Amino acid sequence: MATDSTQVLSNPGLLAHKGGYKAMALVALITILSLGLLANDMRWIYLLVYVWFGVAYGVFLQYGRFCMASAIRDLFAIKVPRMAVGVMIATALFSITAGLVTVSGYSTFHPHPLGWHIITGGLIFGFGMIFTGGCASGSLYKTGEGNMGSMLVLLSISFSMALFADLGSWSNSLAPASWAESALDKGMPESLTVTDGWFDLFTAGYVWNLSGGSVADMIGTGNVWIDVFVGNVLLTAILPSLLILVILYMSTYRKGYIRRNKLESLSFGDEMSGIWAMITSSKNTAIAGLGLGIFAGLQMWATGALREHYEIFNFGELLMKMGYSEGLSIQETVFDPGYWYITTQEAQLGGWVMNLFGRDVTDNIFFGLQNGIPNPLINAPLLMSAGIIVGAAILSLSRREFKWKVPNVETAVFAIVGGALMGIGARLGMGCNVGAFFAAVTNGDLTGWIFLAGMLIGGLLGVKAFNAWLNRKSADDEFDI
Amino acid sequence: MAIKFDKVSDGQYQLDVCGYVCPHPQMYTKKALQKLQSSDELTLIFDNPSSGESIIAMCETEGDEIFERAEGNGSTTWKIRKG
Repeated sequence: MATDSTQVLSNPGLLAHKGGYKAMALVALITILSLGLLANDMRWIYLLVYVWFGVAYGVFLQYGRFCMASAIRDLFAIKVPRMAVGVMIATALFSITAGLVTVSGYSTFHPHPLGWHIITGGLIFGFGMIFTGGCASGSLYKTGEGNMGSMLVLLSISFSMALFADLGSWSNSLAPASWAESALDKGMPESLTVTDGWFDLFTAGYVWNLSGGSVADMIGTGNVWIDVFVGNVLLTAILPSLLILVILYMSTYRKGYIRRNKLESLSFGDEMSGIWAMITSSKNTAIAGLGLGIFAGLQMWATGALREHYEIFNFGELLMKMGYSEGLSIQETVFDPGYWYITTQEAQLGGWVMNLFGRDVTDNIFFGLQNGIPNPLINAPLLMSAGIIVGAAILSLSRREFKWKVPNVETAVFAIVGGALMGIGARLGMGCNVGAFFAAVTNGDLTGWIFLAGMLIGGLLGVKAFNAWLNRKSADDEFDI
Repeated sequence: MAIKFDKVSDGQYQLDVCGYVCPHPQMYTKKALQKLQSSDELTLIFDNPSSGESIIAMCETEGDEIFERAEGNGSTTWKIRKG
């Protein structure tokens, strides 16, 4: 039985084929561009940290085929836990590095407010991603493999989020009257028209009334090491991840493990060996999880240190000092999470393009007050996403896995519709599988697990709907013997 | 670009999912294997590497054997014996 994937992943030698040269050319290109930027102004280092961490994420994502859509879909559709195992390993490991960063005082993470929008957003996001074939981060690395369908998903996510954040007056009646009253009470500048547009009403009239916090804050012993490592790391990330690993083992892996090893009754030691076998059978995914966990922590530390060095709270301040004021929010800020994040910067891209074509999106809270719509060339988190695409392209070229793939009509429709649902879900849930789940649960924010619960329900419904579609198709013609 | 599933001869089947990306290849492979009898063989042709990872794990769980693998012309061909 084939028990490893070495033949699929074999590397014939970087310079033994054209792809290797192309990969090296890409590395050289971004190195030269980076050095050029630094020669222009050393302060671009802040933006380049995003870019190069993005490249590293892209390499790890492609190496481990790391994809949340795959984790949920393969689990429900074909009972394969491989990716879900990898995600849980990454979660446990990232929580440790994130904990160290938090204790050191360089954490850039802010817990999300808790409300119904988290699980609803997760559900819509999870349903959509089954049809697109990739989550927010998965679609980025697959784009780097030459998959044009995934690029279509990214565009659909970007514009659906921008359009959703910019819903017009017609959508006001869909929001409860109490949201309008509450939004008005916030005393926001008139230019933001906070009572006009469903998403503004949702933000100012609902989300801003909610509160959130990390488990470390809840424990509050006064000893930061205990608060962070017991509350955020152990209770919020590691123990739930271990519990999920055990559930995955019992529900999917154990049966095959018993059969392959011809076991009749399992001792506790056998069960532990089985769990370890499950973890090591998805070696590439686990290694990717390890790398992502370490680098995601390092990025928070690097950005936090740079903020301290430049005495800023937000990249917008640095951009102002460097003479770039266009596209900043009215607070002179831009979206600058300081950690691995995917969707908000994609919404900014959509908003920037809409603005370019004459649609003023800056009268919305999302763009006008919170995130801005900076030029994509100086949008640091967006360049992190571009870095993920480049990093995945570098590795897939070097492994001879890069291939331009043009989607057929079915895949394109799924990409656009599924991507739009992912975009709406991401804005409702305040993030995607990375920002709303991965970065949250690893920083002591329990809302991440609620977002995952929503994604699981949405994913299960998505798999059922997808299966119904396949059955309908096979009944028509294609899949009959 | 359509999915092609054919019976080649007795106990020999072929599934070509080239051009399709996740989740199609692994879900069609599962459906195809469900139609086969134990010890029947399926020749699977696909060009989406990440689906391959899932199919390996699925075969491992179900007890199906991937007994031959070949690469060429931008696609991968695996022969799977149903367990």
